Amino acid sequence: MFHSVICSESRKLIAQYMLGLDAEVTYHNFYPQLNQFHPLHFFTSPDSSIISKNISCASIGMNTVGIIRAPRGDGKEAIVLVTPYNPKKVVLGEALSLGVAYSVFSLLSRVTWLAKDIIWLVADSQYGEYSSVSAWLREYQAPQFHRVVVNSETCNESSTIEGKLYSGFRRAGTIAAALVVKVAEDGNHFDDSLNIYAEASNGQMPNLDLINIVNYLAVHKQHLRIKVSKMWSLLGSKWLNTLGVVLECIGQYARRLNPQWKFGIPANEYVEGTATLASSMYYQGLGVPTGPHGAFRDYQVDAITVEISPKVSPTKMNRHIDFIFRGGRLIEGVVRSINNLLEKFHQSFFLYLLTSPSKFVSVGVYMIPFALLGAPLPIVAASLYMFSSKTTPQAPVASEVDFSLESWKWINSAKKVFVIHLWGVAVSLLPYFLCRIPGLTPTNNLTVWGSFAVLSLVILFSMLGYPTSVAVPSEAEKREWANLKSVTLSATFIGLSLMSVINFATAEIGALLIVPFCLMARPLMLDIQARSMRTLLLATCNLALGFIAFPPCAFLLLKSAFDSSGGYNISDYWNWMESLWAWNSATYLYIGIVHLPCWALCIHILFHPS
Amino acid sequence: MALLSRKGTLFMLFLFSIFLLSASASNGSGEEEEEEFWEELLLKPLPDRKVLSHFHFQNEAPLSDSFARHHHLFPKSIAQLVKKFHIKAMELSFTQGRWNYERWGGFDPISSHNAKPPGVELWAVFDVPPHQVDASWKDLTHALSGLFCASINFLESSTTYSAPKWTFQSALGSLRYGTLPREAVCTENLTPWLKLLPCRDKAGLSALMDRPSIYKSFYHSQRLHLTQAKTGADPKNSRVVLEQTLTVVLQPNILTGGTNYVSEAKMQPSWSLSSIFGRKINVERGLVTQLENLQSSTATFAANGTNLDDFGRNVGFELSVNPDRVLKEVEKSSSILYEYPIKVHKDSEQFDLGITWKHPVIWSTPHAPLYASRFLMGSGNERGAIAICMKSTESTQGLVAANYVDQRCNFQVNVLQIVPWYIKVYYHTLQLFVDEKPQVLTDFVERMRVSPSEDKVSPGLMELVLKLPCEVKSAVLNIEFDKGFLHIDEYPPDANQGFDIPSAIISFPDFNAGLQFSDNSISKTPMLSKLQERSPVISYTEVLLVPLTTPDFSMPYNVITITCTVFALYFGSLLNALRRRVGEEERCLNDKGNTQLFQFLHPKTQVT
Repeated sequence: MFHSVICSESRKLIAQYMLGLDAEVTYHNFYPQLNQFHPLHFFTSPDSSIISKNISCASIGMNTVGIIRAPRGDGKEAIVLVTPYNPKKVVLGEALSLGVAYSVFSLLSRVTWLAKDIIWLVADSQYGEYSSVSAWLREYQAPQFHRVVVNSETCNESSTIEGKLYSGFRRAGTIAAALVVKVAEDGNHFDDSLNIYAEASNGQMPNLDLINIVNYLAVHKQHLRIKVSKMWSLLGSKWLNTLGVVLECIGQYARRLNPQWKFGIPANEYVEGTATLASSMYYQGLGVPTGPHGAFRDYQVDAITVEISPKVSPTKMNRHIDFIFRGGRLIEGVVRSINNLLEKFHQSFFLYLLTSPSKFVSVGVYMIPFALLGAPLPIVAASLYMFSSKTTPQAPVASEVDFSLESWKWINSAKKVFVIHLWGVAVSLLPYFLCRIPGLTPTNNLTVWGSFAVLSLVILFSMLGYPTSVAVPSEAEKREWANLKSVTLSATFIGLSLMSVINFATAEIGALLIVPFCLMARPLMLDIQARSMRTLLLATCNLALGFIAFPPCAFLLLKSAFDSSGGYNISDYWNWMESLWAWNSATYLYIGIVHLPCWALCIHILFHPS
Repeated sequence: MALLSRKGTLFMLFLFSIFLLSASASNGSGEEEEEEFWEELLLKPLPDRKVLSHFHFQNEAPLSDSFARHHHLFPKSIAQLVKKFHIKAMELSFTQGRWNYERWGGFDPISSHNAKPPGVELWAVFDVPPHQVDASWKDLTHALSGLFCASINFLESSTTYSAPKWTFQSALGSLRYGTLPREAVCTENLTPWLKLLPCRDKAGLSALMDRPSIYKSFYHSQRLHLTQAKTGADPKNSRVVLEQTLTVVLQPNILTGGTNYVSEAKMQPSWSLSSIFGRKINVERGLVTQLENLQSSTATFAANGTNLDDFGRNVGFELSVNPDRVLKEVEKSSSILYEYPIKVHKDSEQFDLGITWKHPVIWSTPHAPLYASRFLMGSGNERGAIAICMKSTESTQGLVAANYVDQRCNFQVNVLQIVPWYIKVYYHTLQLFVDEKPQVLTDFVERMRVSPSEDKVSPGLMELVLKLPCEVKSAVLNIEFDKGFLHIDEYPPDANQGFDIPSAIISFPDFNAGLQFSDNSISKTPMLSKLQERSPVISYTEVLLVPLTTPDFSMPYNVITITCTVFALYFGSLLNALRRRVGEEERCLNDKGNTQLFQFLHPKTQVT
């Protein structure tokens, strides 16, 4: 009760401040969305019709929205400022971000240069920052005119406290860009700095120009240090530092030879760039938005989150005014830059990986390593096919009919590959049923999931007729693995190519893990029979790669490598997968439908009796 | 007195003042030949501390037969225009900014006639046979474009104009309607508009039009309205009436220093003519014969029971000049009009009307029956939907309360929506939601007229006549569209900004925007009669911006560059191979060597 009073009071206060600036103010009610697994929702825009039945008035979130109309504008476009704010548990950082946004808003209500309307969304973040922003955007872009009559009639009472508030939802033109403003809770002890988060769902990025604007204004006008996320563990790694020093030396040497060659960069810059690049790739590959800005990208609006992190923690800060002034000027500059644009952001980079706030790797460059990784797959597949079809007709009598049958032998392998992929689909759909069962811990879930996967795989193999090692395999059966590998490689290649269109970073990371294993995989039996040094090394390599490419192992290895805080639990994997499907990330589909079946097939080849 | 603005006291008030000035010239050849000119100014404080000023100039002249005829007051260019293109009626408006229907009202004649969509809007009715209408329209757009320094000539293309039937004065005949939402309006459009006045802005009310203060306004709309009024049965006796209006919403300077957010009881700013425009009206001018000033104000007192008779004590403001006449509006909002004819003030050199507020007053202006807003739905480059959302206001609620208690009451709403051809609207997807419930269209749509768009030829047009029940809370029209692809040369400049969908027009024929004043007996000035004229309530919705797919415009450049390089290489080498003769070249070289040797040996032979 006490909480709800505070909530409505703080909302009222914000609305009062907005009204004082002659802004149009409305409240927007929304229902928290529950994280549920929707198998068919990976590529569709979120649907607003799913409202769980048992929602009471107390659980309704309420955004406060203020709109300033540009005095001489035509109201066709709008810029959105978002400040997430939890009215149930007000912390000083959020209050400061409200202060920064209010100072900008009050300035914009008086300026004459405004050409686009300004929307200030105070997002009620008690159910998460993302869900409130996405609920507001859904209402803005795709409202439901046909209301499902929940018991909302009684809930609406609180939204119309002040008689002056217009009860309807207000809009202002096409959204040109959006800026999420946050203030970090704890000081960083170095300097006032700015964190930029840009990754949206499925590795989509906002237009690079938006990041450039913020970067330019922050660095050159406000003298803020600007940061994008890094893999901190990479910074301390010895081998990377050594590599950096080596590259620096080579660069210096090359410059001595020809002053025109300027590819050498200092070692520490190289290390930092690599750490940033790795983190940029990881977050894009994850496909989970890194902040509320992700909701805007779903509607093709460029948006980033700007987190101002003060030198000292806001609670110990003496001069709040100075801080608000500095942050406000930065936001004002960004808003003004976007306001002055006649056209929306276009013809710049949407496909890039950041190596520092001001540097990036464009699509033309980062395509090359992926292409180099992917290119051997079809070549090796073709050569394996040739090899298997060339060696089979060694049988003494080869009639015409037999030959044509032999050439269709790959159909058998294709069937196998297809069935294994179907198994992958079944495995990735299983969590849908698992979440329906209440009261299961992550570990239990994972156990059930894993055991089902293994069991079904065993059953499938027994049905397909797994060649038993007891019987002496014929020559044709011996060569069967080559056929199977050729089809597997093709399937992997197709899967990776498709994924690179949807989410490039996932495809690239996935290719790094699966391609070496796919290329190297050959029956262990062959290596053991040969018993040479080389083949034994090959077998060990194969086993190691097979271990690394197994999704849970890969996850745990990466986690232990990059996450310095200890405590690794197998249930983390379940939580990670759960977060992937909760955010409708295509990475989940990739792991289930491409990566896992290909890995299983390679393991099958590894243990093939030859 | 601050108590007045506290809750519980709904204090409605609106107030305007008019200047009037008229001149008539006669060339002595009969009564019909007389030309007349009036100028008036109406000032009205708005609830959100702004001031509406509405200049109204009316020029009337008989339509003559010859093109060469000179008028005394009437602009010749307009007379020629009317003559040449057989214009029955025409309206052209240039607007910057948006009319705020919520704060500035939508139920009075000012907003109904002068609230226009941003950019240029033009409609014209022609008195020509149907097959010539389009040709006349095209010529007219070119003529107007030259007259007003605006790109009205873009309305010439058949993709930009259409022929609505029910929204405008359909009885007049063949009407064409077109808008240019992206047209920027500035002082280069005002100057030619002022040129049409007898004294430009050198004398009279137009001298008040200080450019910086006018263009600093929150809303700026200049309008030109032409009608042919027939005085008798004889068609030759018709007169041309040219109305020129300029409507600006200005913010008077606030003198108070600190802005306090909690100042609930905000004082209305006091202003005077000189503080708004920075100028005063000079009375001593040649043409000025009369100058009147009207001012009106209304108050309905809900709680404290003050009646209208002693409003003078209670309205809470003071006028610097005493009005000549006070008119009360009786029907709708009971506003009061103060009239100031300028002839009374002839003795004083300059006339400066001012208003001083004594205590905070809060009121609201009457709204249109339904508050309409329009928005786009969906995202991406493929498809979307247009939704027109109409919400009931106090006007419809009053309608329910007032009458039709026993029987079912309906009111009519006309919707006109024009969409450019590259927005491919699927008319079968039209949905209607009344009070958030999906409804069968035929239950509410009385008539409907659709002319689908034709690619690169004509825009799509949809006219709806809706009958909505009086107790309606909200009505939403929703229609889906596909975004089309344009050819590269069809993209306008700044194509990446997006494409405009012109405003929809919502009109309410059952509601009368005109005001009714208490005494109709006294002589009417043109503006007063315009205010009293029975006309439907009209409101415009927002202009929408649709982002369409745009090609990489530098692509043709790249292609041209590469092609040219290839051609240059090919032809260059070919020509070189064809023209070169090895033997001749060698001979030339030898000859050259010989002459050089010769010159070297005999330098004296060189002629300067």
